[in-house]
Amino acid sequence: MQKRVAVTGLGCVTAFGIGKKILFDNLRAGNSAVSLISSFDTSDFKTKIAAEIKDFDASLYFPKNETRKMDRFTQFAAVAAKDALLDSEIDLEKLDKSRFGVVLGVGFGGISTILEQHKILLERGPRRVSPFGVPMCIPNMAAGNLSILFGAKGVCETVSTACASASHAIAAAARLIQRGNADIIICGGSEAPINPLVLAAFSSMQALSKRNDDPEKASRPFDKERDGFVLGEGSGIVILESFEHALSRNARIYAEVSGVGSSADAYHITSPDPEAKGAESAMRSALLDAGTVASEVDLVVAHGTGTLANDPIETKAIKAVFGEKAYKTPVISIKSMLGHTLGAAAALEAVAAVSAMLEGVIPPTINLDLPDPECDLDYVPNVARKAEIKCVMTDSFGFGGQNSVLIFKSVNN
Amino acid sequence: MYLEKIADIVKSHLALDESVHITPETSLKDMKIDSLDVVEIIMKIEDAFEIEIPDEKLKEFRNLGDIAEYVKSVKES
Repeated sequence: MQKRVAVTGLGCVTAFGIGKKILFDNLRAGNSAVSLISSFDTSDFKTKIAAEIKDFDASLYFPKNETRKMDRFTQFAAVAAKDALLDSEIDLEKLDKSRFGVVLGVGFGGISTILEQHKILLERGPRRVSPFGVPMCIPNMAAGNLSILFGAKGVCETVSTACASASHAIAAAARLIQRGNADIIICGGSEAPINPLVLAAFSSMQALSKRNDDPEKASRPFDKERDGFVLGEGSGIVILESFEHALSRNARIYAEVSGVGSSADAYHITSPDPEAKGAESAMRSALLDAGTVASEVDLVVAHGTGTLANDPIETKAIKAVFGEKAYKTPVISIKSMLGHTLGAAAALEAVAAVSAMLEGVIPPTINLDLPDPECDLDYVPNVARKAEIKCVMTDSFGFGGQNSVLIFKSVNN
Repeated sequence: MYLEKIADIVKSHLALDESVHITPETSLKDMKIDSLDVVEIIMKIEDAFEIEIPDEKLKEFRNLGDIAEYVKSVKES
């Protein structure tokens, strides 16, 4: 018999600050975290904006001699995980460490470290390349460091499916707990992609908004005048735990991961399938896995990137799965406020989804001023809404056509 | 003089407090300096003293006095 999977802790590092309360207060208020990039000179770049985390200092939370050996994406994960573990009120001393694991989603990993070390290689030669170059840049190092920091000796894995990474990571962790392979898993995602190379590469793809003169209005999912996504950064961490373990320690159970669905478009490396069959199939699988139907879903936390391609195709998939109910189901994009944090996005969306259930509030999709005829659902434009939410679907679609959908359900404690 | 300069490099590298007392006998192990740290510290020492320390020497260094003595021998030879 499969074990049930409880969400017992939520943590995050976002451009709004550290912790789920700061995140949700800002989402509820409809605030944008997007501003001009300050970490490097963007003079030559078409896009000069992002949802950057300013003044982040991991050494406030861990010894400096440890954090200096971590790339920024690992530092985000470490601080978010500490925040989530604190929120879960787990006593680490009392845990069976062999049944305590880590599963993280990471899209890029330590690109900034690669850029720094490559600069040193070119300017000062191979003898000055840091021995920490490898352990800082490899994408599994966020999970590796978390296991070391918190003594987690069970499963320790990294999933990489671009913008769907954190969703696939949460799904993988949920399955491990269902099967009884672990009692508690720190899962989610982390990404620190705001550097010249990633900005230039996404720009060349014509994927990014160029609304530099009005940064807070730049991320506009489902709006007719959207012109691409806005890069973001950060980490979201969800503590998943078997119900029996959570109950044995009298934990607060925030929600249940009740279904996961995964699929591939098998269509194109970056463009979504215009027929939306992959997205549709992942949604149907997740509902089936949850033992529920679309009409039971109270809220869809969309992938909603604000690119020309994503938004109408995601809308098409939702319509195919939900039928007439699609028009009565709120669909939101928190990327309108946080930008697109790539490998961390689905974890932050999970934190937002669970928070929305607990608070009884649906955060808005901001900057939705001019409806796109191809995007004609209820996207909760610009203003938050009170609602009783018992079941949330979160969508994530990564380059490579890799799709993951999660279903969270509320739990009566 | 060599030891002082090396101690400053190590302290700044490990983000240690200024007040930490370092002697020639201070061992790398006690300072929790792992093999990767040693490589980075040696790079900084090479830059500071404008010398080259062969890789084979690294595993011979037990404490900061060993490093200072080696640097002195190269600089004053």
